[in-house]
Amino acid sequence: MCVAGAVNLLLQRHPINSALSLIVVMAALAGEYLLLGAEFVAAVQVIVYAGAIMVLFVFVIMLLNAGVEERSAGSRVSWLLGIPGMLTGSLLVAWVLLRHAGTETVKIGEQFGPPRAIGQLLFHEFLLPFEVTSILILIAVLGAVALATKPEKPVEGGSR
Amino acid sequence: MIPLSYYLLLSGFLFACGVAGFLIKRNIITIFMSIELMLNGVNLSFVAFAARWHALSGHVFVFFVMLVAAAEAAVGLAIIIAVYRTRETLDVDRMNLLKL
Amino acid sequence: MTPYLHLWLIPILPLAGAAINGLFGKKASRAGVSTVALLGSGSAFLMGLRAAAVFPSLPVIPHQEFLAHWLRSGMFSVDFSFYLDQLSLVMLLVVTGVGFLIHVYSIGYMWDDPGYYRFFSYLNLFLFFMLTLVLAGNYLLMFVGWEGVGLASYLLIGFWFTKDSAASAGKKAFIVNRIGDFGFLIGLFLMIQHFKSLDFDHVFDSVVHLGPGATTEALLAAIGILLMVGACGKSAQIPLYVWLPDAMEGPTPVSALIHAATMVTAGVYMVARSHVIFEGAPLALAVVAIVGTLTAIFAATIGITQTDIKKVLAYSTVSQLGYMFIACGVGAFSAGIFHLMTHAFFKGLLFLAAGSVIHGVSGEQDMRKMGGLRKYMPWTFWTMTIATFAIAGFPPLAGFFSKDEILWMAYSSPHGSWVFWLVGVVTAFITSFYMFRLWFMTFFGEYRGTSHHTNDHGHGHGHDDGHGHAPHESPMVMLAPLMILAVLSIVGGWVGIGGRFEHFLAPAVGVLPEPAVEGGNLESYLMYVSVAAAVGGLGLAWLLYYRSKDLPARIAASLGGLYRMVFNKYYVDEIYDAVLVRPLIVFSRAVLWQGADRGVIDAAVNGSGTTTREVSNGLRQMQSGNLRSYAGWIAAGSAVVIAYMVWAGVR
Repeated sequence: MCVAGAVNLLLQRHPINSALSLIVVMAALAGEYLLLGAEFVAAVQVIVYAGAIMVLFVFVIMLLNAGVEERSAGSRVSWLLGIPGMLTGSLLVAWVLLRHAGTETVKIGEQFGPPRAIGQLLFHEFLLPFEVTSILILIAVLGAVALATKPEKPVEGGSR
Repeated sequence: MIPLSYYLLLSGFLFACGVAGFLIKRNIITIFMSIELMLNGVNLSFVAFAARWHALSGHVFVFFVMLVAAAEAAVGLAIIIAVYRTRETLDVDRMNLLKL
Repeated sequence: MTPYLHLWLIPILPLAGAAINGLFGKKASRAGVSTVALLGSGSAFLMGLRAAAVFPSLPVIPHQEFLAHWLRSGMFSVDFSFYLDQLSLVMLLVVTGVGFLIHVYSIGYMWDDPGYYRFFSYLNLFLFFMLTLVLAGNYLLMFVGWEGVGLASYLLIGFWFTKDSAASAGKKAFIVNRIGDFGFLIGLFLMIQHFKSLDFDHVFDSVVHLGPGATTEALLAAIGILLMVGACGKSAQIPLYVWLPDAMEGPTPVSALIHAATMVTAGVYMVARSHVIFEGAPLALAVVAIVGTLTAIFAATIGITQTDIKKVLAYSTVSQLGYMFIACGVGAFSAGIFHLMTHAFFKGLLFLAAGSVIHGVSGEQDMRKMGGLRKYMPWTFWTMTIATFAIAGFPPLAGFFSKDEILWMAYSSPHGSWVFWLVGVVTAFITSFYMFRLWFMTFFGEYRGTSHHTNDHGHGHGHDDGHGHAPHESPMVMLAPLMILAVLSIVGGWVGIGGRFEHFLAPAVGVLPEPAVEGGNLESYLMYVSVAAAVGGLGLAWLLYYRSKDLPARIAASLGGLYRMVFNKYYVDEIYDAVLVRPLIVFSRAVLWQGADRGVIDAAVNGSGTTTREVSNGLRQMQSGNLRSYAGWIAAGSAVVIAYMVWAGVR
């Protein structure tokens, strides 16, 4: 399902369709996480990512009335260099992985970490990144507000 | 027992799709979504490794990635809105003020 | 207990004078400048006298004084050390004594010149370098002085630098000197390589210890010939003499001091100082003697035809220097030094008197426009007469003793030969002839010049009488040195009687070689011959320039081409120009300037600029402002990085 969603994202012409397929990808990933025994992460994925971020995306798409994308000549560089570059990179990685794929296996569904343990980790070893990221979020909020505020029009009387 | 490399392949594929989307698409919001796709792919590989080695720090890291992604999405979308106001377009090829 | 004579002060005092005059002289009064200059040279002279007074009581001769360390490089070290022995004492007294007299003279001669302070600054500077050269204790310090006197010569020849000919003459002097210096330097390098030192004592000891043998002789011959090349440049021998006649562009005191009495004798001094080297290599001695002989007669023949009074004296100097080298070349170094000393007296006097004459006729230097001046300038006339008789070799004046010594040695020394003697006698005859020609043309007969002559050497002799007046005698400040030098020209030779001078110098330059021929009667007979040559020259000059004044012109006309060739100095300058100078200029222009300088260096610099511009122009395309192309570049770059890491990991 992930794969399907990802490919669909590329193929769709309208951004809203792309957004919806992204949501599909995220949902599928949440399922994967559960299979890998990371139920905390899966939960967070659904709540934060799919729930908040994608909603944000959809809001903006609606707000800006993004229309269908026209087919047009893109940047030549991105076609010439980018696609081959990306293909090369990913093929290389895949090749490496497949060659050295071996005995490493993962047990499905094995659960090894209660959320409490994660919390403990968060507040002990990873305390500093935790605090810093909270500040980061604060900055992001302020920034977003500052950027997106409509500038005031001094002369025209018009209600905002 | 699923081999670890399958998860990594999937993660790589998602990442590649994200890059491709970034390169192909013209609508800036779609490009943004490709970025999120890339981040998701990376998250997957983190979780896979965490499961392999039973290391919870992988989960913690995923947590942080999501946090940062959220912040970045917020700010990025704000920028897009601001640019839209002046440029009246969401076409990334028209936003070439970065030209020297 | 060796007394410390503060030898280092002797050069430094004139240097201080030069510095003071150079820095402050422009604003100072002429009296002030003169005082400083006279103090600078006079104090050096007094210290020289004191050194002479103390000299007999010195425990160790040569007396060496160490001033400071200079170079220390591995096995090779050189210091600022000073060296006083008989030879340097003689040179010291000559240089400072004649130098001081010329300083006095210059006060009068240069009185009206706007560059008064500059002149004395340079003059003192010259004394500094010359004294360094003479008192040096090693070849390197001597070379410093050597180069320095070349510099001072350049500055003083081109003193009136606004005049093209003077500036060119200065350049010519310096460059030709340089050629000689190159030979000198190679000789020094050879010395360093073989003797590991440049100190006189060390080098001469090493030479003695080398012992006989073919390789020793070859080495010493090489060093000797190279040193001789240097001496040719400095002392104006063939083929590097061409700068000396041109050097007459400088003020006459300069000609007297530098180009007659002292600087040009530096070469002779250096050869005499290195006598150990030369004595070990008969080939080098032969070269020296042959060069000296050729130069002596060559220059003398040119002197016959010259019409500028200073040029006659210049060629005479070249010729007399040839004599000194003949002496050195046959191993009679003390005879050479003896002639150096007497030559300093009478040639210096001749130049100063010529300067007085030029001053008296308001700057005219062409002898054809002079004449009958003995009525107007008695003092100048009598002093110049003494000098002329001295240089011609009339006994009992100074020139006779020294020249005769040389001629006898040229004949009788084991290194000598009758050829040298014969050429020497002929040259003596010619010398006498052209000197008396000068004498007759200048002082006898009717005055042929225009006394209202505003010379075109106008500012050129420091006496700018725009209106001109009849020829007149010079002021006392100029005449006093003339008189002193005249006295010295008379008595200066008497120190050589009975071999006293030679005996005095022997510890420094070696004894005179034992005559290969029995002396006594033969010596007296040869002496009569040389006196006869002198008298003959006087007679011929009297005939041509006193009795039958039109004869010279007729002779010249009948000799035609030969006369023209001699008059034009055998076209040597022209030959040098065509063979050496022009090709060098062409080569410099075509190859070095356009080829190397413009083609390679400029092209490299410009090329790098152009290349940078092209490259950056290409790179500029990357910055298109297009987001997607940026992304493309990033993807491509990351692919490269991944590829590299995979490759590295696989290895």
